[in-house]
Amino acid sequence: MSRLRLEPRASTPAWLGLALPLAALAATLILCSGLILLAGAGVLPAYQALASGAFGSRFNSFETLVKAAPLVFTGLAAALAFRARFWNIGGEGQLLAGAMAAAFIGSQAGLPGWALLPGMILGGAAAGAVAALVPALLRLRLKVDDVVASLMLNFVIYYAMLALLDGPWKDPLSGYPDSPDILPAAEYPMLWRASRLHLGVLLALLAAPALWFLVRRTTFGFALRAVGDNPRAAAHAGIRAGAVLLVVAALSGALAGLAGVGEVAGVHYQVMAGLSPGYGYTGIVVAMLARLNPLGVLPAALFFAAVATGAETLARTTGVPVFLADVIQGTALLCMLTALLFTSHRVRWQRRGGEAGH
Amino acid sequence: MAGRRAISALWDLLLQVGFFAAVLRVATPLLLATLGELLCERAGVLNLGIEGIMLLGAMTGFSVAYFTGELWLGILAALLVGALFGLLLGLLTVSLGLSQHVAGLGITMLCTGLSFYAYRLIFGQPGQPPHIEPFQTLPVPGLAELPWLGPVLFDQVPLVYLALLLVPLLAFLLYRTPWGLNLRAVGENPQAAASAGVAVFAMRYQALALGGALMGLAGAYLSLAQFNAFTFGVISGRGWVCIALVVLARWDPWRAAGAALLFGALDALQLRLQSSGAFGLPYPLFLMLPFLATILAMALLARSARAPAALLAPFRREER
Repeated sequence: MSRLRLEPRASTPAWLGLALPLAALAATLILCSGLILLAGAGVLPAYQALASGAFGSRFNSFETLVKAAPLVFTGLAAALAFRARFWNIGGEGQLLAGAMAAAFIGSQAGLPGWALLPGMILGGAAAGAVAALVPALLRLRLKVDDVVASLMLNFVIYYAMLALLDGPWKDPLSGYPDSPDILPAAEYPMLWRASRLHLGVLLALLAAPALWFLVRRTTFGFALRAVGDNPRAAAHAGIRAGAVLLVVAALSGALAGLAGVGEVAGVHYQVMAGLSPGYGYTGIVVAMLARLNPLGVLPAALFFAAVATGAETLARTTGVPVFLADVIQGTALLCMLTALLFTSHRVRWQRRGGEAGH
Repeated sequence: MAGRRAISALWDLLLQVGFFAAVLRVATPLLLATLGELLCERAGVLNLGIEGIMLLGAMTGFSVAYFTGELWLGILAALLVGALFGLLLGLLTVSLGLSQHVAGLGITMLCTGLSFYAYRLIFGQPGQPPHIEPFQTLPVPGLAELPWLGPVLFDQVPLVYLALLLVPLLAFLLYRTPWGLNLRAVGENPQAAASAGVAVFAMRYQALALGGALMGLAGAYLSLAQFNAFTFGVISGRGWVCIALVVLARWDPWRAAGAALLFGALDALQLRLQSSGAFGLPYPLFLMLPFLATILAMALLARSARAPAALLAPFRREER
């Protein structure tokens, strides 16, 4: 009998960095093809329909980019937090907090027109930051597990939003549980005439290299990587892990908040229950697929946005349920996590008895 | 004046027998899933797949019961599918030693996607979600007629009795059997356990399979005994609450029963308040209550809680 054995690697070959995510994606698509067959569709035609639904026309490509923008922000939020071992699963709630702040500020007729957009961006980022600081402080001061606290906060913020929309914030014009529309001057300008491609897409594109610079090229980035890699060594080097954690949490929350600002200012122009189809959670998968590298977040977000847009077309044209996108997401996360093992370990088959005592 | 009337209405509600029977009913899925999570964590593995496994259990249990007409076959299917995904988490976190946080979230995402996908494939998009004839209450002869205690404790569906009996059973297994000793040893100090001849991997796989089965059962309870149907929001965070309940219970089955009943009471209370339209407050505020209470409880108690020492730490044979 032989057995799987993991051996630590001395060094990681450079080509693995690119090959692993691609291998993980290939494995994901192969694993999910069984579900497509179950739905009575052909695998290749289905993936073709998915791809053309995502990129087949200018309209479709723009839709994919518009969906990618919030995923870039939530992906960056998760990548930054995870890099410092702050398990921020609260991207969804922070996104909603940012969206609510943006919708509130964007509907203030008393503000001068030029102040609306900057106010929404700053306010949304601040709201997201505050929402993320709660689990960070709970962990620092009271040793509450950050995963549980940030997850719970997603529900608290979601239901608080629903309560507001059902009560004092209900749109008086429509009577639906939606917030009033933001002012026209508070809307993100479009990057392309008569399209839905809004300013937020460009902001997302710029945010990724900016965050890369912060993590890889600044003293603060060094500190956060040190805290993430080896907290004990970081403490010896005089890095105050608590302070780093708080800054990371605030930044991470602000990024997720910006995802919410973009959805309000660029897509929906109001807040309603279905504002986010789980962008906060998908952001975690995006970050993992990017190997927590801010630059890698861009293609990873684009991939999941393409799957989401493409799955809608796929569901319309064939009988494959739209939830294939969700299965692909979960499978991709697990495949990528497994693939990451190969950066630090090599896998060997070992004959039983090859080593005494095992 | 209005405040006083509200408080007296609250008292009336709390004194009703029906309220306590309801507490036990809504506490049962929490108790089952909390016990499942407790088993996993006692063996050293945090199972963040709980939310998804519960959903998949609810979907599988419902679908099987719907097509076979046999509720117990649905329960069996939910147990199996829960155990299966518990084992998958074991493959990732025990054999491969991957991050328990990320692998667990991945299992939840995968199970959520699979549940939605399969349900849509099987049932399409019906205007009304299909229903099943749910579990009926099974009065315990002789005891069900007791005043107060009878209707609260002895006139419930069989799964409630099962959940209640599981508490002493698990406590006995954990604290009084060699199997339980090994399981706890593996969660506290796997190196020492391995030198003493305990098969660390096998123990962790067993805990994950059993724990996953209980989570699947908890989900099936919701679709087969509580809501009589499967909806996409059937779990809506209950699994995450159970993660916190394990901490509140300090990894002990008896205290888990207490924690689940406490949160069951909170849930039953918010349901009553919601349906009575009390205080004229928007209903989502009541839905928020269990989550807010969880954060508060964790904030109060987490500092003094002591998790199994090897929780979250992968065990690698070669690093002994």
